[in-house]
Amino acid sequence: MEYNLRSPIRLEDIRKLRVGDIVYLSGIVVTARDQAHKRIVEDDMEPPISLENLAVFHAGPVVKIEDNRCHIVSIGPTTSMRMEPYEADFIRKTRVKMIIGKGFMGDKTAQACRKYNSVVAMFPGGCGALGSSAVKRVLEVYWIELGIPEALWVLEVENLGPMLVTIDTTGQNMFDDHKSRLKNIDKIISETFNSMYKILYSVK
Amino acid sequence: MVGVDVTSILVDFIRRIETRLSIDVREALKKAYRENKDKALDVVYHAMLSNISIAEEKGLPLCQDTGTLMFFIKAGIRSPHIALLKNKIVEAVKIATKTIPLRPNAVNPLTNNNSGNNIGRYVPWIHWDELIDNDVVEIGLYVAGGGSSFPGRAQVFKPLTGWENMVNLVFKVVAEYGVNACPPLVIGIGIGPTMEVAAVLSKKALFRRIGEKHDDERIARLEETLLEKLNKLEIGPQGLRGRNGILDVHIEYGYRHPATFAVGVSISCWALRRGVLVLYPSNEYKFLDYW
Repeated sequence: MEYNLRSPIRLEDIRKLRVGDIVYLSGIVVTARDQAHKRIVEDDMEPPISLENLAVFHAGPVVKIEDNRCHIVSIGPTTSMRMEPYEADFIRKTRVKMIIGKGFMGDKTAQACRKYNSVVAMFPGGCGALGSSAVKRVLEVYWIELGIPEALWVLEVENLGPMLVTIDTTGQNMFDDHKSRLKNIDKIISETFNSMYKILYSVK
Repeated sequence: MVGVDVTSILVDFIRRIETRLSIDVREALKKAYRENKDKALDVVYHAMLSNISIAEEKGLPLCQDTGTLMFFIKAGIRSPHIALLKNKIVEAVKIATKTIPLRPNAVNPLTNNNSGNNIGRYVPWIHWDELIDNDVVEIGLYVAGGGSSFPGRAQVFKPLTGWENMVNLVFKVVAEYGVNACPPLVIGIGIGPTMEVAAVLSKKALFRRIGEKHDDERIARLEETLLEKLNKLEIGPQGLRGRNGILDVHIEYGYRHPATFAVGVSISCWALRRGVLVLYPSNEYKFLDYW
């Protein structure tokens, strides 16, 4: 299924999403990555903006600053798995509804999503130009002392997407399905050895 | 083309690499899209190809992670540009960071302070090789994003099991970390006497055109084998399973020490941003998509 959602996100909207759905998001999105997660979870700092019912984007944008106005030039996701040790507590503390990032997230995050009615969605990595074309304006920036990539950028977006739901509010996690991929690895490696021996040691 | 001054040629070069994907990479992505059998993945390929068009039309960085800039220089020793080239590269990176703009990505590891202009100790990275009896400078630029740099590995093995360990290392890196490195991926493998030689060669391998194989026929066949077998991991675009998760595998080797077999693995995301600036003595220049 494909959905167009608005942020702040309503409970009934988030609960209808299932793993594999495609989402386009309009409204307010806040970036937060490594250092912001550390501050909120480990250092127990109060986030400078309430993230309740909003979407958080694991992203560090390219920003052009002209006449004191900030303009998002390129924005896309960073690897979400780096935030895995913090995300469950981050969700508990902030009650954020949607986490947008790259790759998959783990069991702890999936459990928190189930408990607090949140989802995780993947925005295609490397698509920073596509991402910035969905940004209407920068509403605010906090924690800029962390540097441009790590600051909290509060953005108004229109049809940010496509995003693929990888964890839904039932706690289902697409990553579980992907772990099975590694089942065959030993067999594939031994096939590779056999082909390699033929190439390296064939008498010419 | 003839440029006014070397610094502005370098700024144009950086802009080109950050905003426009090389032709071989585009073709490889289009081929992967054509060969994709899973309808659910079409939306991902479509997003990547739209991103390439938007970035080029609007002159925007393809990816928000505009990387650590790594310059690989083949310096003709009779070129008049050599003496000042390093200073001009640093100056060009500063200007490019402001004007393209680029994301400031140079962070002091002791203080976590971001320098703000992509300049710092050993950054941008500049690696020199010389071209004997030549007056041309070839400057390769590789944009090293964080997600695809993270899986980078180099390790020194015993010679008797060197090749097997090379295969094991490559599979381990791709299987464990490939999903988060923005596949479809390009894999560079270096072989040599020590860890840093293997690592540098693995990065240089990424400058070869996608689809082109090594001159040595055995290495070429090994590259083809690794490409085929790594794709059996079915990583797919963005780790969403499917074929063509790996676009190509390139191996560069140097001679090893009798007691060592060092292997380096460098991974590039699908947005393989690299290219070459060829600079002639009279400020004439041209851009190449690959070496």
